[in-house]
Amino acid sequence: MAGAKEIKSKIGSINNTRKITSAMEKVAVSKMRRAQERVAHSRPYAEAMRKVIGNIANGTIEYRHPFLTERDVKTVGYIVISTDRGLCGGLNTNEFKRVSQDLKAWKDKGVKAEFAVIGNKATAFFKRFGGKVLAQQSGSGDNPRLADVIGSVRVMLNAYSEGKIDRLYVVYNKFVNTMKQEPVIEQLLPLPKAELSARKHSWDYIYEPDPKVILDKLLDRFIESQVYQGVVENAASEQAARMVAMKAATDNAGSLMDELKLVYNKARQAAITQELSEIVGGAAAV
Amino acid sequence: MAMTVQLDVVSAEERIFSGLVESIQVTGSEGELGILPGHIPLLTGIKPGMVRIVKQFGEEHLIYVAGGVLEVQPHTVTVLADVAIRAEDLDEQAALAAQKKAEEAMQHAGADFNYAEAAAQLAEAIAQLRLIQKLRKK
Repeated sequence: MAGAKEIKSKIGSINNTRKITSAMEKVAVSKMRRAQERVAHSRPYAEAMRKVIGNIANGTIEYRHPFLTERDVKTVGYIVISTDRGLCGGLNTNEFKRVSQDLKAWKDKGVKAEFAVIGNKATAFFKRFGGKVLAQQSGSGDNPRLADVIGSVRVMLNAYSEGKIDRLYVVYNKFVNTMKQEPVIEQLLPLPKAELSARKHSWDYIYEPDPKVILDKLLDRFIESQVYQGVVENAASEQAARMVAMKAATDNAGSLMDELKLVYNKARQAAITQELSEIVGGAAAV
Repeated sequence: MAMTVQLDVVSAEERIFSGLVESIQVTGSEGELGILPGHIPLLTGIKPGMVRIVKQFGEEHLIYVAGGVLEVQPHTVTVLADVAIRAEDLDEQAALAAQKKAEEAMQHAGADFNYAEAAAQLAEAIAQLRLIQKLRKK
């Protein structure tokens, strides 16, 4: 019965692991539901904002905001949103791979890059990767607030205004559905043309105090809300990815246990058979 | 029946109000504004304070906003609020504490003290207090 005891303790430890992973799966399921709600809640703001900005961009031609004008690209800025914790499958890895590919394409053109990172995983990655990190923020937990991202966004917007970066992107995992999350890179600045879809008939707002002030205020908020949207999307993706990863881990632990139980039973039977034959052999000898 | 206009009050974190209203009263960056259906297009900043809305059939509703932007079009009004909490949820204690902190900070202005930030905090706290007092009187 030598091997049997070891196998038994192994089964025990795998069973414990399975309990943990299945608990994590259940937690992720309920957190995901809430995270998805949050994504839905933050959508109306971004939509309303986009509509207003579209209207202004078409209305006031005499004032061109720097956020709306293209310039030669020498340095690009990225706001990379990652999770704070691991155990969520390849979510972060895939995202960083996507960023690295994009960066390589820029590097080939001789363009430099600067980063703002949100989340522990991105911080750790860029520490190893060795990019120039301008801002860092982490620990927003399961209930991210807009206030959490304002700091990082402000740093990047200032860098853009001062001409330190000529383009700004946000990188996050888009929540497609429970089984599928894909890393996306979206351009924030200058505002992509599609955002400013043309309205045909011409009319204009009354601006108080004047268009410049309002536009400044709006665009800052728009970028903040886009990044916030990325953060909540990423949070939903994290929970979904964790749920799937933990489900797979639970299933694997189950099948491993079944296999080990088979091995254990075989070992036990072999031991019994051996003992029996020893007894019979002993009796025959007497 | 009174004329109504579609109002949406949204913050980055949630949709706070959406529905038909008869009138809206809000503190714009240039002064108090009263908006009725059919107002010409207007875009303005909002100061910390409350948005008083009269819903369809005359029911009154107060929402606190900590700043933002107001967009008016003849048939729709949108309030893009920075942080908007429903008036009933306001925490008087927190408002008082914030006010005290801001005042203290202003008195002990250090070298790296941000005056603008403290002033904003103070304005916000006072606006919250005013709203709470108003709610109490009712």
